Amino acid sequence: MSWLIDPFADFVFMQRALLGCLTISLGATPVGVFLLLRRMSLTGDAMAHAILPGAAVGYLVAGLNLGAMTIGGVAAGLIVAVLTGAVARFTALREDASLAAFYLISLALGVLLVSLKGSNVDLMHVLFGTVLALDDAALTLLCLITTFTLVALALAFRPLVLECADPRFLASVSRWSGPVHFLFLGLVVLNLVAGFQALGTLMAVGIMILPAAAARFWANSIGGMLAVAATVAAVSSVAGLLASYHAGLPSGPAIILAAGTIYLLSLSFGPSGSLAARYWPRAHLEA
Amino acid sequence: MALRIRDLTLGYDRHPAVHHLDLDLAPGSLTAVVGPNGAGKSTLLKGLTGELAPLEGRIDRRVARLAYLPQLSEVDRSFPIAVGAFVAMGLWHRVGAFGRVSGKDAARVDEALAAVGLTGFDQRPISALSGGQVQRVMFARLLLQDAELILLDEPFTALDTKTAADLLAVVQRWHGEGRTVLAVLHDIEAVRRHFPETLLLAREKVAHGATDTVLTAENLFRARQMSEAFDDTANVCVRPATRGAA
Repeated sequence: MSWLIDPFADFVFMQRALLGCLTISLGATPVGVFLLLRRMSLTGDAMAHAILPGAAVGYLVAGLNLGAMTIGGVAAGLIVAVLTGAVARFTALREDASLAAFYLISLALGVLLVSLKGSNVDLMHVLFGTVLALDDAALTLLCLITTFTLVALALAFRPLVLECADPRFLASVSRWSGPVHFLFLGLVVLNLVAGFQALGTLMAVGIMILPAAAARFWANSIGGMLAVAATVAAVSSVAGLLASYHAGLPSGPAIILAAGTIYLLSLSFGPSGSLAARYWPRAHLEA
Repeated sequence: MALRIRDLTLGYDRHPAVHHLDLDLAPGSLTAVVGPNGAGKSTLLKGLTGELAPLEGRIDRRVARLAYLPQLSEVDRSFPIAVGAFVAMGLWHRVGAFGRVSGKDAARVDEALAAVGLTGFDQRPISALSGGQVQRVMFARLLLQDAELILLDEPFTALDTKTAADLLAVVQRWHGEGRTVLAVLHDIEAVRRHFPETLLLAREKVAHGATDTVLTAENLFRARQMSEAFDDTANVCVRPATRGAA
């Protein structure tokens, strides 16, 4: 058992990494579950790319400074989210096409900015994160974002569920449809920014979507999915950090691959809608 | 009047789907909307809910609350939600985004499920329901919405006779409670039997009034003459508004 406990007991950087990853697991996975349920799984990925130019501007202005890069990332993400939503609601273009257009523009801008100043090492840092070097400021930011996310989701839970299950009905009985959509996109952006401190912009989407996708094979209710997804993310975090410590692997990809493994197992053997459920169905009932 | 429509034109890309319509609905009236495909029936309902903005004319809705059952609902039937929770959405006007669903509200949900013949289904996921059961669920939600004006777009299409009869009984219950109901229907015989008033629509109003005076062979023939196609070379319509006429 010591290989399980010792890395976290002996090294502060491992404790910080664990705290950071568990915090992200709590905040990002419910966002991922709703992304999945709204058939917006790839939106998370597109948004992660859209954040890049903001982080790059922050980096150009202030160097490798957490605050500046965070503000820049959030700003860029929100601008793309608002433009996308506005174009989808007020023109003939649908949300997916509108998002694709803006995130590609944003991504190109980001790559251009990063290449203006800065070495490849910096780019690697932004792209792949540094979970083993989370400082106090970064951990505080992660905790703040997760707390805000959970409170916001709790408050907007009912309209959000309605917006997923029957958007036309929500629009017919209330004015929540627009606000809850933008609030949700805002939470996506915030959690991606939180995730990119630790896992990098590319990997941050993984901790959002993979646990949610795995949870679909275990639970038939939203509450159940949220609980399973958070658990999957937490377990993946621990497993990934241990693999990273013992085998000297980069931690971000190790965590996401751990989540990916759980996803593949769920897809194969989960009780609800999995391959096993399809090809080896349980005995059926009388009525 | 529960609903007063004057010179209403609704359409898509400047082409009218509902053209210069005047219509008054008395409170508590039960009206069928009948007409060929492309006559503007669904478009009219979308205009009444505010989903579609009028190209011209006015709609005065003199009711506090409106409930609408679209023809093609956007319900995500794979969404992991139980029937009871789904139907409880109809309580939105009581509980809003933050209010608590009380024991009394839960009893209302049970009562609505019983009224549509779905007692015992409250824990069932909506993904496990048949098409007819989904329509029963939609009616249960409409019941909870407690609306004064209820708009139904082809509510009985693709239902078996038993389900259609059960849901028709719900519509008649609303009529008995003094609610105003406007339903788009294709079954002319059912309209004759169960709907006291009819609006025969073929882009323009062909006739409106007591069902037996509206559904004459001559009126139905006129409705069928309507050309469905948009004319891309049509001129701008300059017909003067028919103010005051009903």
